Amino acid sequence: MNKFKRQFLAGPYLIWIIGFILLPIIMILYYALTSQGGELTLTNILAIGTPIHRKALFLSLKLAFICTAICLVLSYPLAMILSNLRNKRQNLIVFIFILPMWMNFMLRILAWKMLLSNNGVINTVLESVGLPPLDILNTPTAVVFCMVYDFLPFMILPIYNSMARIGKDIIEAARDLGAGSFTIFFKIILPLTLSGVVSGIIMVFVPALTSFAISDLLGGGKVLLIGNVIEQAFMQEYNWNLGSGLSIVLMIFVIASMALMSAHDNEGGGAGVW
Amino acid sequence: MVKKSAERMYLVLIFLFLYLPIAVLIVLSFNNSKSRVVWGGFTLKWYQQLFHNNTIKAAFTTTIFITLVSALLATLLGTLAALGIHAMKSKKQAIMLGATNIPLLNADIVTGLSMMLLFVRFTKLGMSTVLIAHITFNIPYVILNVLPKLRQCSQNTYEAALDLGATPLYAFRKIIWPQIRPGVFSGALMAMTMSLDDFSVTYFTKGAGINTLSTMIYTEMRKGIIPEMYALSTILFFIALLLLLVMNFGSSRKEKLVKERIG
Amino acid sequence: MKKRIAALFTILFAVCFFTGCGDSGSDENTLTVLNYGKYLDPKAIEMFEEETGIQVEYEEYITPENMYTKYKAGSIDYDLICTSDYMIEKLIQEGEILEINFDGFSNLSNLDSTYFEFSKSFDPENKYTVPYFFGTVGILYNKNMVDEEDMQSWDCLWNEKYKDQIIMADSVRDSFMAALKYKGYSLNTTEENQLLEAQEILIQQKPLVYSYLVDEAQDEMIGENAALALVYSGEAGYAIELNENLAYSVPKEGSNMWIDSWFLPKTCKHQENAEKFLDFLCRKEIAAMNFEYVYYATPNKALVESLEEELQNNTTIFPPKEVLDRCEVLKTLDETATAKYNELWKEIKSTD
Repeated sequence: MNKFKRQFLAGPYLIWIIGFILLPIIMILYYALTSQGGELTLTNILAIGTPIHRKALFLSLKLAFICTAICLVLSYPLAMILSNLRNKRQNLIVFIFILPMWMNFMLRILAWKMLLSNNGVINTVLESVGLPPLDILNTPTAVVFCMVYDFLPFMILPIYNSMARIGKDIIEAARDLGAGSFTIFFKIILPLTLSGVVSGIIMVFVPALTSFAISDLLGGGKVLLIGNVIEQAFMQEYNWNLGSGLSIVLMIFVIASMALMSAHDNEGGGAGVW
Repeated sequence: MVKKSAERMYLVLIFLFLYLPIAVLIVLSFNNSKSRVVWGGFTLKWYQQLFHNNTIKAAFTTTIFITLVSALLATLLGTLAALGIHAMKSKKQAIMLGATNIPLLNADIVTGLSMMLLFVRFTKLGMSTVLIAHITFNIPYVILNVLPKLRQCSQNTYEAALDLGATPLYAFRKIIWPQIRPGVFSGALMAMTMSLDDFSVTYFTKGAGINTLSTMIYTEMRKGIIPEMYALSTILFFIALLLLLVMNFGSSRKEKLVKERIG
Repeated sequence: MKKRIAALFTILFAVCFFTGCGDSGSDENTLTVLNYGKYLDPKAIEMFEEETGIQVEYEEYITPENMYTKYKAGSIDYDLICTSDYMIEKLIQEGEILEINFDGFSNLSNLDSTYFEFSKSFDPENKYTVPYFFGTVGILYNKNMVDEEDMQSWDCLWNEKYKDQIIMADSVRDSFMAALKYKGYSLNTTEENQLLEAQEILIQQKPLVYSYLVDEAQDEMIGENAALALVYSGEAGYAIELNENLAYSVPKEGSNMWIDSWFLPKTCKHQENAEKFLDFLCRKEIAAMNFEYVYYATPNKALVESLEEELQNNTTIFPPKEVLDRCEVLKTLDETATAKYNELWKEIKSTD
């Protein structure tokens, strides 16, 4: 079979792309750009400017930034330590750190709910040693905690992978040439792991920005993220046009943050993750 | 030495952060009291109730079914697509890969909602809509795993085989397939992981009475927490542990075999 | 090879789409039911399936608004839905409800006719609905954590003493109900200044609120994570069973008395099955199972008469007359008023 003919193997996929990737996007654009009566309008998209929606978007951005930053700060040293392990069981140890990822996402939220509730494990422990209780359930803090917990492995893995690819001989060579630890870190390790850091940031930031389940279950109805606003527009208010308009805005934010990040990244998305 | 122990400390701290919540769930699953903090003695009754809870059992079967079927179909479609895309000129390739990136990079909630809008327009929500949605977000993982392997393949060997009279299928099986197989498998594995853990897309595209574990736990949690959930967490955790151990040891043994052969 | 693969895919696609058609077809012996969360004993469904061979697709929702959206989306053809008075009124007005054919019913006489009278407020000819449960909205509180005196007035929801201990309802009409009643207004008001006043106090209340929940409130109260919660009477009855420190009160300013009923929406494709299921629910034994599962007041006279005296006199579950006298039923609002309520509620939820 020659090259020309072989292209047709992608035929079914092309149909799939048109039917299930492009068409849905056209649908959501259509809803976003029309009013409930069916006339062309920009109100649904501009609705992001109303105080309620703007606030939800800012809160989402803020929590996503904090969550990504914490994940990065926690993961980078961890990945470094893991990649330096001179141990036969290195693989196993790495697996231990990403195993929680394979437990159901919802059950991980449940675990935090158990820990943080007023009469939960953490407060009982605090109380027994005479410390004041931690009142963070139903606040943005609880949501960030759970996001960090849920998304941490997505940051650890790409950074670890990029770290593990650095040849030990490069570092030895640098050391032989008289480079100190600082120089080695800033001139070799950091630049070579940048692509891992970038994929990690994308893989944490995007779900953190768009999540609605965590704030729903741990926010006690008091933490309204942009994801919640969209979900409620669709599921409670029966205003699909507004929901679609806000989704488009959210999509623009996701694409923008991705473009910003992937200016440094040549590997793209999550391909390097496993 | 100080550095070493500081590193150890750090590993232990992160380990605790990751595993304490799970440990709490596991302990509670054996607790003979509905309380979240008081230990009321050891019991297996939550496990018994779990096995009698049809909602949970149905969600478990649905999850496995959706994961396997969507990963299988996505792997087939995706591998074929990768073969096709590989044969394309760079411009067409860029377009195809651009489209492939959309579900990969887009927010889950937007993927789910946009598919829901499409389905609601043309059909009814049901099991097939969930499957289609899952296949859609799974395919990119397969393509992105297979394509790099194809790029490493040498085109010449394949063409030489054809020149020597091999049928395309035979040449594919003997030459291309062994080289892309690891990519296909890791793609399938990633697809399964993604399906297994998905919540948002399923939530928006599922029909009446269809629940995966994620959506079932979500609805149950919004009604209040039942102790069967702890038992379920424990079981799922150990299944994940077991699978990863098997895969980890399996693959490292295979690696060794390959190394021995080459060496 | 290409051909073979093409053939393979045609088959796969075909399978995919035929299964797709399969689960939306109407020729099967199924019944798609939409109900509030935790509102029907799953065992009752299993019994019904075994007895009739009808496969039940059971789906749950959280608030009446949530149900309305799910139904209106048209993405699933529901055969039978259970929801509250004002929402049924709205759907009747929109012409979305089918008449029930009561001919095949053999257990209908189990129901107390008082409740059919009651239903006339939204279903004047009693031809669209079958009452399922009824009750009041009030305050579930923990006797050890609050002053019982305070609980007789809605004022307790605005009492600084209970900061971070109050669970409010994550539902527009219920939250506004408490605020409007506290201010002495009707819970069906559409007057803008009354609504704004209610909104203002609901915003003031926000710092005191531990969380906004619906079905979860009961669980949090049993676990003693909060001191008081705005709940439906049945949730209170159930919670009190599990934690004896809890008690329930309907504040003196008055509250909401509601009745939840079953109806057949226009999308119903299995009317006979739906009617069979309704008749099945009216059976005394089945009503008993559901009663024990949800603990709301049941209109099933036959069942009530067979209950232990203590339970019959449980005022949390079966509201006494003097409580009902100070309660109002929610009426449906027109579109502008609904939008107004929604907007005000959204503003409340997004204020810090």
